[in-house]
Amino acid sequence: MGQGREWLRKHWIAVVGVLVVVYLLVPIAVILLFSFNDPSGRYNFSWSGFTLSHWSNAFGIEDLTEALLTSIKLALLATLISTVVGTMMALALVRHKFFGRRLSNFLIVIPMATPEVVIGAALLSFFLLLGTFSLGFETLLIAHVMFCISFVVIVVRSRLIGFDRRLEEAARDLGAGPFTTFRLVTFPLILPGVFGGAMLAFALSIDDFVISNFNSGTTVTFPLYIFGASRHGIPVEVYCIAMILFGVTVAAMGFVTWQQQRAEKLAQIRPDQEGASAPNVPAGAAA
Amino acid sequence: MLRRRVIPYFLLGPGTFWLVLFFVVPLYYMFKLSLETGVVGNLEFNWHWANYSNVFDLYHTQLVRSFVYSGVATLVALLLAYPLAYTVAFKAGRFRTLLLFAVVAPFFTTYLIRTLAWETILSDGSPVTSFLHAVGLAPSGHVLATSFAVIAGLTYNYIPFMFLPIYASLERLDVRLIEAANDLYCSAKQAFFRVTLPLSLPGIVAGTLLTFIPASGDYINAQFLGGAGNRMIGNVIQSLYLTQSDYPAAAALSFVLMAIILVIVLIYIRFAGTEALMGEDAR
Repeated sequence: MGQGREWLRKHWIAVVGVLVVVYLLVPIAVILLFSFNDPSGRYNFSWSGFTLSHWSNAFGIEDLTEALLTSIKLALLATLISTVVGTMMALALVRHKFFGRRLSNFLIVIPMATPEVVIGAALLSFFLLLGTFSLGFETLLIAHVMFCISFVVIVVRSRLIGFDRRLEEAARDLGAGPFTTFRLVTFPLILPGVFGGAMLAFALSIDDFVISNFNSGTTVTFPLYIFGASRHGIPVEVYCIAMILFGVTVAAMGFVTWQQQRAEKLAQIRPDQEGASAPNVPAGAAA
Repeated sequence: MLRRRVIPYFLLGPGTFWLVLFFVVPLYYMFKLSLETGVVGNLEFNWHWANYSNVFDLYHTQLVRSFVYSGVATLVALLLAYPLAYTVAFKAGRFRTLLLFAVVAPFFTTYLIRTLAWETILSDGSPVTSFLHAVGLAPSGHVLATSFAVIAGLTYNYIPFMFLPIYASLERLDVRLIEAANDLYCSAKQAFFRVTLPLSLPGIVAGTLLTFIPASGDYINAQFLGGAGNRMIGNVIQSLYLTQSDYPAAAALSFVLMAIILVIVLIYIRFAGTEALMGEDAR
């Protein structure tokens, strides 16, 4: 008894931590479980029996599949644009001192500090009063790129801060031009950060409901489909697709983590480990 | 030399253009809209400041409720996320990456589905509801359509925004400082309150802001988990815009929401005393 109490006294914080992880995972387990449910009515809220029929029919609902494809197309385009634009901004902010740097930082942070409902409402006001854009895929893309940029900048910037610029200097010393240096040294090293930013942008875009709800017109994305369906019962197939998306994202996350760890190992290679490593970076800070 | 000075502006150009045109300009348009009168197609700009006092009179209940809900949710999220971040950063050992995965992965499922899962978990007669009823926390046997359900949903959905900055600050912390405190005869408790906690404060400040701000504008949780008596300000703005098409009122309300958030954030930052909002630049 005394031993148990001693153990608990020492490890209570880890016990709480693990309990919180369980709490975070419970809804995922519920979604997985209910993707096998065989609901008697239209509402998939109580357990009534096991079936695989919804999994085999996961892409069988035409509107749903179409909405999913729209979401994927939108997320891919938004990710591409916001990652290129955001990486450029991050490079400028980390590597250059220039007039207006603080203002740029402010401009990047402020959209993240604005409630989504306000961003959505502002964009709708703009589109309506301007009248140039018709609400639909085009306006969704504009909106998604807008809210993804800030997140890409933050992620890429945090990777750039730990970047050892002497690697570039070495390339220049060895006769590489600025473009070759970027292609062969800079880009491969910041790639994991860029990839991480792109993944976050993709996840944010494919999941966005609030801003899309304001600016979609008649275009339906996956979250908008779910919201529309929630009024008259959500098909179980939605849960299956959600689980498929979840699986794909987790696999992609695993891949990015693996790449990052590899890049870190590469970046740590030094001719003289002790003398050359940056003095004020504590071990593990770049992880 | 001139080329070097032009490079940063070239790099910043496209992104700045996008953010100005599709964030700053729309805010200006919405501001203009908030001072207009009339209905769509027949709006008239006439410095109608009364829109602001009107929406304040009509919806102050929902405004106050939004900030109370999101304040409570932020506090609960902090109490859950801090031990979690501490565990992942210091106690997880070789399971660190795995644990980090388990924490972040749930939030890569669709937001709406996650909230619907909570609707299932908290529905009448579910194990969780029965348990809460048995221990006297849900005397009526219902959890859905109560403040508790909405706050629980908000807490769950915004925990990662609390967790990640705290984790980042704890992970950067130089463990030798804690060892030094221990060497100088600090008890574990003293070492925590005098070294670990102050050093993770920037993470706490960033986390609370990143949780509080979006949570106060949220309307999904109130929509799915709450009832008519739990509507938040986001629900009102949404329905004014998309259902009732009362654009001037909705625009004014959006600015009221933004202004209150701004004031709260400024006061908070003054007390917390960090440049957390500017993120990495504080370092």
